[in-house]
Amino acid sequence: MLRYLLNRLVGLVAVMFLVATIVFVILRLTPGDPAAVMLGPQASQQDIDTLRARLGLDQPLPMQYAAWMGQLARGNLGQSIFLDQPVLAALADRAEPTFWLTLMSLAIASAIALPVGILSAVRRGTALDQSVVTFSMFTSSVPSFWLGLLLMQIFSVKLGWLPVAGYGGPDAGIATRLSHLVLPAIVLGLVNSALITRFIRASMLDVLRDDYVRTARAKGLPERKVILKHAARNALIPILTVLGLTTALLVSGAVVTETVFGLPGVGSLVVSAVLRRDYPVIQGALLVIAAIYVLINLFIDLLYLLVDPRVRY
Amino acid sequence: MAIAITSGPGAERWQVLRLLVARKTVLASLIVLAVLVAAAALAPWISPFDPYKLSIMSRLQAPSTAHWFGTDDFGRDVFSRVIHGGRLSLLVGFLVVLLSGMLGIALGLVAGFFRGADKVVSRLIDAMMAFPDILLAIALVAALGPSLLNVVIALGIVYAPRLARVVRASTLVIRELPFVEAARALGVPTRRIVTVHVLRNLVSPILVQGTFIFAYAILAEAGLSFLGVGVSPDIPTWGTMINAGQQYMGSADWIMVFPGIAIVLSVLSLQLVGDGLRDVLDPRLRKEL
Amino acid sequence: MGASQRDIILAVDGLKTWFHSRDGVARSVDGVTFDLARGETLAIVGESGSGKSVTSLSIMGLLPKPAGRIEAGSIHFRDRRGATHDLARAPAATLRRIRGAEIAMIFQEPMTSLNPLYTVGDQIAEAVLQHEGGSRAAALQRARDMLERVEIPAAARRVHAYPHQMSGGMRQRVMIALALACNPSVLIADEPTTALDVTVQAQILDLLRRLQAESGMSILFVTHNLGVVAEIAHRVAVMYAGRVVEDAGVHELFERPTHPYTRGLLSCIPTAALLASRQRLQPIPGNVPSVLDLPPGCTFAPRCALAEPACTRAVPELAAVRDAHLARCIKVTPQ
Repeated sequence: MLRYLLNRLVGLVAVMFLVATIVFVILRLTPGDPAAVMLGPQASQQDIDTLRARLGLDQPLPMQYAAWMGQLARGNLGQSIFLDQPVLAALADRAEPTFWLTLMSLAIASAIALPVGILSAVRRGTALDQSVVTFSMFTSSVPSFWLGLLLMQIFSVKLGWLPVAGYGGPDAGIATRLSHLVLPAIVLGLVNSALITRFIRASMLDVLRDDYVRTARAKGLPERKVILKHAARNALIPILTVLGLTTALLVSGAVVTETVFGLPGVGSLVVSAVLRRDYPVIQGALLVIAAIYVLINLFIDLLYLLVDPRVRY
Repeated sequence: MAIAITSGPGAERWQVLRLLVARKTVLASLIVLAVLVAAAALAPWISPFDPYKLSIMSRLQAPSTAHWFGTDDFGRDVFSRVIHGGRLSLLVGFLVVLLSGMLGIALGLVAGFFRGADKVVSRLIDAMMAFPDILLAIALVAALGPSLLNVVIALGIVYAPRLARVVRASTLVIRELPFVEAARALGVPTRRIVTVHVLRNLVSPILVQGTFIFAYAILAEAGLSFLGVGVSPDIPTWGTMINAGQQYMGSADWIMVFPGIAIVLSVLSLQLVGDGLRDVLDPRLRKEL
Repeated sequence: MGASQRDIILAVDGLKTWFHSRDGVARSVDGVTFDLARGETLAIVGESGSGKSVTSLSIMGLLPKPAGRIEAGSIHFRDRRGATHDLARAPAATLRRIRGAEIAMIFQEPMTSLNPLYTVGDQIAEAVLQHEGGSRAAALQRARDMLERVEIPAAARRVHAYPHQMSGGMRQRVMIALALACNPSVLIADEPTTALDVTVQAQILDLLRRLQAESGMSILFVTHNLGVVAEIAHRVAVMYAGRVVEDAGVHELFERPTHPYTRGLLSCIPTAALLASRQRLQPIPGNVPSVLDLPPGCTFAPRCALAEPACTRAVPELAAVRDAHLARCIKVTPQ
């Protein structure tokens, strides 16, 4: 098992290396002078030159790359051009809403997908099953920002049940903050539940055909126990992977949703950085988010060790 | 449902089509798609108004018999804008499928065939897929500059790894099959084996994945345009229209509702067709092999 | 043992189990009748597709829903308290109560019949807790005892093992332990040794014989292997295309088979005498009919050397050839 862990860690390092390289490459793809683009057409040549020197853009490319990697190794993600803050600090400041939003969306998506997926598998071929499949496909076809605007209009503006936008201000307590996340989380959770539903349904259909399900029935166990304790527990093991994939989708969705609902999270930070051409922030955000995703996948693989005795022994 | 498999590749294609339209949801989706594509293609001829024509007098009118979808804040007919927007949104989707297809197939084939390259390419694919789609697309568009072409390039790069994975997996399987070995034994050059045999067997998974990428691309472009980081706001795509309609939520909902419905219809139909294709082609794929 | 002296615990009469699908109706079981006495082992023999597995699944109420359904017939079972139930018509709750506790079943594939996520002990204990209640500790103790009874070495340790840590033969012993944990009066064994190699097969058969002697339970043994039948059965019911065609004591069947199908089966077995005489094996000509399209009257008629027009006109009755020996053939029994 130790060998397995070691292998995974080596792979992780390799992927992170590539990720850092890709981030480096992306922002060097800019046609023309990045510094000039960043400062806009109004900037003076002097400002442009200062910025270029500051970002090390006047060095030859291999040296820039080495500098970038060296910088990363020391945990320095650079300095934001417009925020007057180190990138890492800016990200840390804005991490909280995004974290809670992703978590809540994942919970809502799972809460929808689990019963729906299991039920449609157990009642396979019936009208219920067919409508579940079509419904989940429908929800994944809706643009999250559009749904967000619609629901915001209905529930926040017209009905006043939930706060309209923002995060509650700097002094708001945790309850207020979370209440601002309810609508965005419902939007994201709903739109992203389809993948999990489909997976659970497929997994359950496979498992229900397995012999040990027949053995469980032969023991005289009530059907509910057969489905939940025997079938579902086996079917849900591969779900961990889907949850990992969904997390990536949710972070993607968070970018747009935060903008719609005015949440001061990492997603909206990235959007404003893009609009302002704050390259260091864009780079840093990409890197951190990719790193977190890779770590989440590693964590899921470790979870498999815990959950499936076949892997453990 | 017993259908006699007649010989010849042409006959098989018809059978696939027949099996496909046998399912009502797929048939309905194909019809919807056909209507949308036709409307988009024929937009300059069938749109009742000029989508760019400003008319201060007819600002913010609710849907009526004259303006089916109402007018926006500049007095432009929303229906005309929606079908013109469809031209761009669907075109972007289609081009993204082409680009990601070419990149993905190339990468996937190389990784599947050449073990040395596979190690590098696989890790590259993993690294690319470590970035959430929209984020990567945003960064690429930020780097390249906001334009329709760059959105296509960015999304093509974002979705290529998905296709590459599927192609790589299929290639690895097909490579080991007896008929490929036989061809190699006969002295057929690898390039020829790849192009003729492997690609022919890849048509099915690529077709299925491609349909889904089309759907994701439409959603992604709309998202990018909505955020203002995609095409510039004065170009009418479904995403920019929703962005423009934001401030009129509650007063002139129709400006943003109808483009959204258009998105839902196209993405849903594409997904249903893709699902149908997957069901129809999968067991047949095994039979073909 | 004359028929009137047998203490019948399970009586199947005219059972018909059909499967409804888009391709038509598959009459997998189309008129099966037999009795199982207390302490007796009845072997149900037939080729694949003869309906023997479906028969056992029908008795247990484990038919795949909604496709499979008992169309006609009865399955009378006398439970521990002496009450008789018709399992073909009993409510689901009654069937669940009887399943596992009074009638238990073991299957052909020991490798996949146990849940990989729970320990072997937990799975046995689950059955005990379901039917008898009590504490988990007591149930686990029973699990340990059962593992010892089925001769699994180091039972105390193995109780906490996972299925994938055991071999096929051991897993089948676990299945037997699981089935017998609540002391059922009937054990249905559906080809339990087919997936095991020959030496393990012999051990499992020995084990079953011993357990039967100890507990007095009845065994319904489904198999296609006549050798196994000779080893373990007291009585034999031969099935063909969904019906019982011959029903006799094991010695009687092997020495004086009457139904043309049974005779055909027995003559297919290579024996030392046959090999010595250098004669060719005589296979039964033709093929087993599809359950979707059974021939009228006697289903064996198309392949039978003794067939005459009367055979296809009506389904022959299962009638007595001799004392305690039944056959479904008008050429062999007085109709």
